[in-house]
Amino acid sequence: MKYIADVVTLEFFQEKCTGCGKCVEVCPQGVFLIRDKKAFVTDRDRCMECGACANNCEFGAIKVNSGVGCAAAIINSMIAGGPPSCDCGEQSGSGCCG
Amino acid sequence: MGIEKISFLPRTPGIKKAAGQPAVSKVSSEWTWKDHLGQIKCRLGSLRMRYTVNPGLYAVGEPDRESDVFVTANYKLSFDILRRELRGLNAWIIVLDTKGINVWCAAGKGTFGTDELISRINEINLHNVVSHRRIIIPQLGAVGVNARIVQQRTGFRVYFGPVHAKDIPAYIRAAYIKTPEMRLVRFNMLDRLVLTPMEINPAMKKFPLFSLIVLILFGIQPSGILFKDAWEGGIPFLIFGLMSVFTGAFITPLLLPFIPFRSFAVKGWITGVISVFALMKGIELSYYKNILPLASAYIFFPFASSYIALQFTGSATFTSMSGVKKELKIGVPVYLTATALSLLILTIYKLSQWGVI
Repeated sequence: MKYIADVVTLEFFQEKCTGCGKCVEVCPQGVFLIRDKKAFVTDRDRCMECGACANNCEFGAIKVNSGVGCAAAIINSMIAGGPPSCDCGEQSGSGCCG
Repeated sequence: MGIEKISFLPRTPGIKKAAGQPAVSKVSSEWTWKDHLGQIKCRLGSLRMRYTVNPGLYAVGEPDRESDVFVTANYKLSFDILRRELRGLNAWIIVLDTKGINVWCAAGKGTFGTDELISRINEINLHNVVSHRRIIIPQLGAVGVNARIVQQRTGFRVYFGPVHAKDIPAYIRAAYIKTPEMRLVRFNMLDRLVLTPMEINPAMKKFPLFSLIVLILFGIQPSGILFKDAWEGGIPFLIFGLMSVFTGAFITPLLLPFIPFRSFAVKGWITGVISVFALMKGIELSYYKNILPLASAYIFFPFASSYIALQFTGSATFTSMSGVKKELKIGVPVYLTATALSLLILTIYKLSQWGVI
């Protein structure tokens, strides 16, 4: 299943890539593959901006804007300003996580 | 708000405790009826916010110094799934303190993260528990765990295991090499189905307020509120409202890939407008003696279904924050306009009823 096209903030700098394969190991959507000791992006629109790749690339070859992405959190941040947050875990009853 | 007592975790007397080590709790791989009930309750409602196990070291089977080490969150459902899938193996389980949140959400928030893992490894004295230096964490934990830093600070090499615990036995047999399928998160109809109660609940929490507004709108007269008018006028709208929750929170998530367009808001609008159209067949035009309330319903309820369906982006495994932002940027003004318009139409209807216009 694919989501909205042409919006993700994923940036991949192939010149910094050493082909270590960590991004392939951690991406839950199959965004990367390794060929000839370099990573390639298979399909940007599969990216869900979770940030696992950027978190584990030690060569700085990947940047992505990851963060809380649920609609309620974003609406909160549209109203109150600041980054999206939904206080999961802070109070019982707000049951979006878990 | 308390911690659910884990009296039903089968415990046998702890494994021989080496000096200087914290106690280990041995757990079985079986689920009791209480574990099954706990899972159902978590899927249905707010037990999930206080369904935890204590962080620390656990043993499945009879692990020794060569046995593998797996890591999970202290959300009891995460823990239960892991220990079940380790059935037949001898393994250690490290439970991190993720404030009772599952692995993936906690990783996104940072609580299933590098620092917590490092401090837990040190607190457990893992170096004395196993002689190897391998630690297997769920792939979805990679959002919060930086493998290189963990290795630098503890000497343990992080292996990102499969996304789904059920693939662990095959992963181990394949010498810790994942197949491409093991790396992909699954989101089939059953996965979506079990998430629907937690879409329906928040939507229904707003239903009493919605009902109150509807009943007042239909009941209000210059002289006060007429209960008969409120009920007779309002009941179709209450039914439309329930139907919007049904299409937005249940049907749209369930049938997600079969509904056209990628936008969740659009998918929710489509299921919503179809249901309004179908329900309209049950209401004769003569019911209201006026087309205005029907027009108002046609405008409002598909967008209500749309808004409710849009909330599902938070639970879906393939939606990006950027995509949701784009949906909201377009959607929120549309929702506000549609709500204002439908209220305006109802106001005009009321005024015409009172003979004012």
